[in-house]
Amino acid sequence: MVKTVNAPDGFEGPGFFATGVDKIIGLARANSLWPLPFATSCCGIEFMATMGSNYDLARFGMERMSFSPRQADVLLVAGTIAKKLGPVLKQVYDQMAEPRWVIAIGACASSGGIFDTYSVLQGIDKVIPVDVYVPGCPPRPEQIIDGIIKLQELVKHESGNRRNSNEYKALKDSYQIS
Amino acid sequence: MTNQEVLDHVRTKFADQILEFDEPYGMLTIIINRDALLPMVEFIKTDEVLQCNFMTDLCGMHHPDQLGRELGMVYMFHGMRKNIRIRIKCFMPIDDPHIDSITSLFKAANWMERETFDFYGIKFKGHPDLRRILNMDDMDYHPMLKQYKLEDGTRTDKDDRFFGRDGHDGVEFDQRYIK
Amino acid sequence: MSTEPLEIDTLEGEFSTLNLGPTHPATHGIFQNILTMNGERIYHSEQTVGYIHRAFEKIAEHRPFNQITPLTDRLNYCSSPINNLGWHMTVEKLIGCTVPKRVDYMRVIIMELARIADHLVCNTVIAVDTGALTGFTYMFQEREKIYELYEEVCGARLTTNIGRIGGFERDFSPAFHQKLKKFLAEFPKKFQEFCDLTERNRVFMDRVINACPFDAERCLNYGFTGPNLRAAGVDYDVRVMNPYSSYQDFDFIIPVGISGDTYDRYIVRQKEIWESVKIINQAYNNLPEGDYHADVPEFYLPPKDDVYNNMEALIYHFKIVMGEMDVPKGEVYHSVEGGNGELGYYLVSDGGRKPFRLHFRRPCFIYYQAYPEMIKGCLLSDAVVTLSSLNVIAGELDA
Repeated sequence: MVKTVNAPDGFEGPGFFATGVDKIIGLARANSLWPLPFATSCCGIEFMATMGSNYDLARFGMERMSFSPRQADVLLVAGTIAKKLGPVLKQVYDQMAEPRWVIAIGACASSGGIFDTYSVLQGIDKVIPVDVYVPGCPPRPEQIIDGIIKLQELVKHESGNRRNSNEYKALKDSYQIS
Repeated sequence: MTNQEVLDHVRTKFADQILEFDEPYGMLTIIINRDALLPMVEFIKTDEVLQCNFMTDLCGMHHPDQLGRELGMVYMFHGMRKNIRIRIKCFMPIDDPHIDSITSLFKAANWMERETFDFYGIKFKGHPDLRRILNMDDMDYHPMLKQYKLEDGTRTDKDDRFFGRDGHDGVEFDQRYIK
Repeated sequence: MSTEPLEIDTLEGEFSTLNLGPTHPATHGIFQNILTMNGERIYHSEQTVGYIHRAFEKIAEHRPFNQITPLTDRLNYCSSPINNLGWHMTVEKLIGCTVPKRVDYMRVIIMELARIADHLVCNTVIAVDTGALTGFTYMFQEREKIYELYEEVCGARLTTNIGRIGGFERDFSPAFHQKLKKFLAEFPKKFQEFCDLTERNRVFMDRVINACPFDAERCLNYGFTGPNLRAAGVDYDVRVMNPYSSYQDFDFIIPVGISGDTYDRYIVRQKEIWESVKIINQAYNNLPEGDYHADVPEFYLPPKDDVYNNMEALIYHFKIVMGEMDVPKGEVYHSVEGGNGELGYYLVSDGGRKPFRLHFRRPCFIYYQAYPEMIKGCLLSDAVVTLSSLNVIAGELDA
């Protein structure tokens, strides 16, 4: 028995269904996100376990991992990011096309984790804007899936004009992203 | 071979260069001058009796209290045929940190000496490519020296007071343990 | 099919530069290889590492001894129990504590499970790099079973922080015994399916046989240990040469290869998984009765009801948690056979409650420097599959 997603609210009649454009596009985007796994350390192994058959990320539409940033929607940063890797991360993020989202998986990606040292970036939100933080060291696969479901809620309810708004432009300027 | 036999065999050639020797927890440890390093390593590698043709490890040390001998190098070798393990240590002053490189004898020493240079600033004479390996290339200090802090002083999201650093009102900290 | 590498000096023509990394799906880790290529053949390569340098050795100088165990987890995170237990053994060697036989056997069971998990990751990933994804999907199910066994002992899946200085915090629970019996009964059959899929598969063999062979003398000079050295024919295993944790009681062989190419590295790891199953069976069937921890009240937390009723236990508890245990002065080197080879801990103590110097002998860091010489003159596809067969774990590489 195949479970389908619920249709958004709208006005239905014989042979037609009317709803907002934002809602349809949000629904389509949320259930077919193409992730870019940016796995650096231990959280990467838990991410591999999430992709495996026991926890199965493909149920949520993330069947196809894209390793090319130009074709990806979501950047899943799993693991410690050192200061040496910061510019590389920014370069990968810059290459992604709008709309794009970022999930920071694990304590190291969210805030530096247990590594409060001179060489570790204390959270990837120092270089790129982040949408969802998944805490844990490493987070269990169920937690990672919870983070992805929260992102799907964000994507479903995002307004169509968000990427052109002034607040978004100010956010991009604060990170020096063109 | 017991440690005493190994020591006697090494003493046949390097009796005057061995400054100290000891056997902490079963591993023979010899302290020598840094000039005697390359000949001694070549001897224990090529010698018929010892045949220590495997370099297990090398690392640096910093003893800020030992004036004139602050920086140290520790080498560990393993002769698999007879299960011989030897540790060789050399000390040098902090204002003149240089020592011979053993990459000509053991290729495994290449990156390990680069790591020691990166962390302690010890320069290896004869190393093919001595530059930083783990830290960023534009870093201007050698982080493992004891006077440098662990944390990045410019970070803004963590308040040192809540981590028990830099003193806390009313609580004493033993200054020996705060670096 | 991989062919003999061409003599580099006779190559002519244009060279192109290919940047493989630092974040590349084929490298399975964060390290950069800049390759200078002539067509498909690699002429020269340069490595840049340090992209997840987390300054473990500096952190270790600022933490008491039992707070360093979670740090060792994150070295080779595919087999973290081996790192944890190796660290506990190092501290026990320093303080002069002998653990009961039961603890030794329990540790052997946990370490061999970790070795199976590590080798499963490496071998399934070699198969994935040649295009065979089925093995990955099925064998990760077995890794989930090993994770469940870890959870019974310590509560965590991946970064385990397993055991304590002096033993374990509790004995194996009945659920652990039940799950281990089930694992030992079912794993051999499932693993045999994976073996049948790849080991004598014509396509796989043509792909990996003769891919970047590395002979024993060069391996020893470069400091190789573990399965990569054994694939070249040298039977050096720390468990046999310097036995620790009662490994001398068990009967197992050391599989070795012939030419040190990718197929030999693959088969050596496959055979080691079978040997690990044999060791776990022996350890479990002969598990001796006794205490699950040594009598070291300065390092091992007392039971909670003693802490509430007994003044001495309360004081010990306070001192251990606040990190005020005193250790003797001295320097000790202890090594264990990790998933990738000899994982060593060089600990220098000055009598204080934190190590004065702790250096990890990380096998991945040492043998990865041989990679440029291994792939010189080879095709790019051979280089990729060789890199996965070396099992370079980025956490252990950079530390």
